[in-house]
Amino acid sequence: MKFPLRHLLPLAFVFLLINSTTAQESGKWGEIHGNVQFDAQYYNPDSAIGAPPVPEKLLMNGFTNLIYTKGKFQVGMRYENYLNVLQGFDARYKGQGITYRYATFDADFLTITVGNFYEQFGSGMIFRSYEERGLGLDNAMDGARVKAHVLGGVYMTALIGRQRSFFDYGEGIVRGFDGEINLNETFKGISESKLKATIGGSFVSKYQKDEDPDFDLPENVGAWAARATLLYKGFNLSAEYVSKINDPQATNAFLHEGLLRKNYNPGSGVLATLAYSTKGLGIVVGAKRIDNMDFRSDRNATGFNLNVNYLPALTKQHTYQLAASLYPYATQPNGEWAFQGEISYQIPKKSKIGGKYGIGLVFNYAEVHGLVNTVDEAGSGYTNDFFELGDLYFRDINFEVSKKFSKKTKLIVKYLNVAYNKDVVQGLVGYGTINANIAIADVTYKVASRHSLRLEVQGLWTKDQKDEGDWIMALLEYQWAPHMFVAVMNQFNYGNKNVDKRLHYPSITVGYIHNATRITLGYGRQRAGIFCVGGICRNVPASNGVSLSITTSF
Amino acid sequence: MKNTFIVFILIFTGTCAFGQVAKQKWDLPSAVVKTLDGKSIDTKDFENDGKPIIISFWATWCKPCVLELNTIMDEYEDWQDETGVKLIAISIDDARNTAKVAPFINGKGWEYDVYLDPNGDFKRVMNVNTVPHTFVLNGDKQVVWSHNAYAPGDEEHLYEIVKENSGK
Repeated sequence: MKFPLRHLLPLAFVFLLINSTTAQESGKWGEIHGNVQFDAQYYNPDSAIGAPPVPEKLLMNGFTNLIYTKGKFQVGMRYENYLNVLQGFDARYKGQGITYRYATFDADFLTITVGNFYEQFGSGMIFRSYEERGLGLDNAMDGARVKAHVLGGVYMTALIGRQRSFFDYGEGIVRGFDGEINLNETFKGISESKLKATIGGSFVSKYQKDEDPDFDLPENVGAWAARATLLYKGFNLSAEYVSKINDPQATNAFLHEGLLRKNYNPGSGVLATLAYSTKGLGIVVGAKRIDNMDFRSDRNATGFNLNVNYLPALTKQHTYQLAASLYPYATQPNGEWAFQGEISYQIPKKSKIGGKYGIGLVFNYAEVHGLVNTVDEAGSGYTNDFFELGDLYFRDINFEVSKKFSKKTKLIVKYLNVAYNKDVVQGLVGYGTINANIAIADVTYKVASRHSLRLEVQGLWTKDQKDEGDWIMALLEYQWAPHMFVAVMNQFNYGNKNVDKRLHYPSITVGYIHNATRITLGYGRQRAGIFCVGGICRNVPASNGVSLSITTSF
Repeated sequence: MKNTFIVFILIFTGTCAFGQVAKQKWDLPSAVVKTLDGKSIDTKDFENDGKPIIISFWATWCKPCVLELNTIMDEYEDWQDETGVKLIAISIDDARNTAKVAPFINGKGWEYDVYLDPNGDFKRVMNVNTVPHTFVLNGDKQVVWSHNAYAPGDEEHLYEIVKENSGK
């Protein structure tokens, strides 16, 4: 969809830029800021690790954001280029162009945006438009949005638009309204109450023409959600319920008697968390049930494309290499029951066990099951019992201890026991459930005031050497604040049942940082794995080569 | 396509020209963030009575962020006594982890002002690419310095910048 605005807006920008640069001193011309990121990689073919030859040899993703602000007025745009897109990202990111541009005006109690924008209602289970660059996910809206802050504590948002789909926009139109009331702000009588309450509700609908010759598909698909947060002293209870009408689409079709059936079931989701905390102690428990909640503005979309909502994973987000990228859980939008509990405790400083600096402890448990569905006679939907738990999809029991020994030495030790239903989570057949134990030690040693060494050692062992079997990894990093770092790393798949796959994955990374600019140069082998943000994952293919990344903001 | 290219060249030239003056101070942009008890606050209303402010973007899952905020906490009292600085920690945790933020802070014993930015609205107007990203604001609430990433010892450099902007 091309329209003149796409070309006019950038021109207006150049005009503003020239003006603002020449008249910055007085400040009357406003300000321009932005950021830039380039990620380039040179690929060497490496058949041993399964890295295919890349015809272009060199690939690059890049983007530049520019935001111009003058008083209550703001315009912004983003230029993106994929020449060609890096391995592991959706190949539909092809070429370059202006993919995002907007204008916003802030008038006392109203904020009006036209063009592109991001927005989230509640926890996002009904509506979330966002970008996650590392995943190649961007479902920005293109349309109009009005946000109103009327009485004290009352917030309303109304929006309409179509969603970004690579270098185009999806066919469906999304309309939404959200209202939220912070009761303690709105009602003066309870403004000092120890009980704080916020309630909210949303309605979202999408329109897409039904062009299917055989099936009667809903053209307007509506969804609603209600939420509440209650706070009392150290307690925080928050819950959201979402429901949507039937919406047969590519991602929720199911197999029945050997045929792929259209799913005419409605969808629902509930997420509730209860947290308690006091100085040194934190407890969080949560539960989530999702049934047929894959909500997209185009019923034919797949992958991360044109999602209207976001279903957060109720599992711990790990960041250590082996824990994060081999067996991480991804939310199953078609149905799951998830539970999570976490306790963190700080053994006090100067106590017998805690020593001079205290000890930090974190225990986390998460378990996810499928639902048990019985297909109805017509084969157009199914029924299930709300509380019945089906197959185990994922379990993670993990424990972390962190201790500072002296001004110079800090240690983190971590252990995880993970059960990962690879068939379900990755949509594969024949891998079954993998049980893995993972152990991690991370030591930081401050050599001098701005010089430090960090050593990370990790091991992963799977039961019966299933899947890729056992791994060990070591990383040594030298940091020279505030400008430089060098890291060398090796991962070794020493316990692979297939002797030919017992390979080393060495790499070296050098980084230079100056204020808000960072340049990193890497060389080596990258193991095939999974990269996840917020329970949404993409596969990272194995690669061998040189990578260069530059980011800056101004 | 050709037009886009020309436009890009123009923007590039403009940006380079702008780069010459980019180092100057800029006003803190406006975005809505949430307090831990659910109130919405405009970032324009961040206040420290004419004293400097540190704004640190972090997340519960980000190791260097936690290390940075833990390290600063050890010296925070001294910093406040000497310069009156206030640290505002902006959590970019999304719905997956927002419920964990308050217990996390209490667990660590942090005494910072903490706000939630679950869909990245403030992060976007501040042009933050990755966390940790730390900004220093002078007494007039203008951004005078920023730094991406954290390595042990960076806090010393940060404190030098704070002192330069505390009028002492």
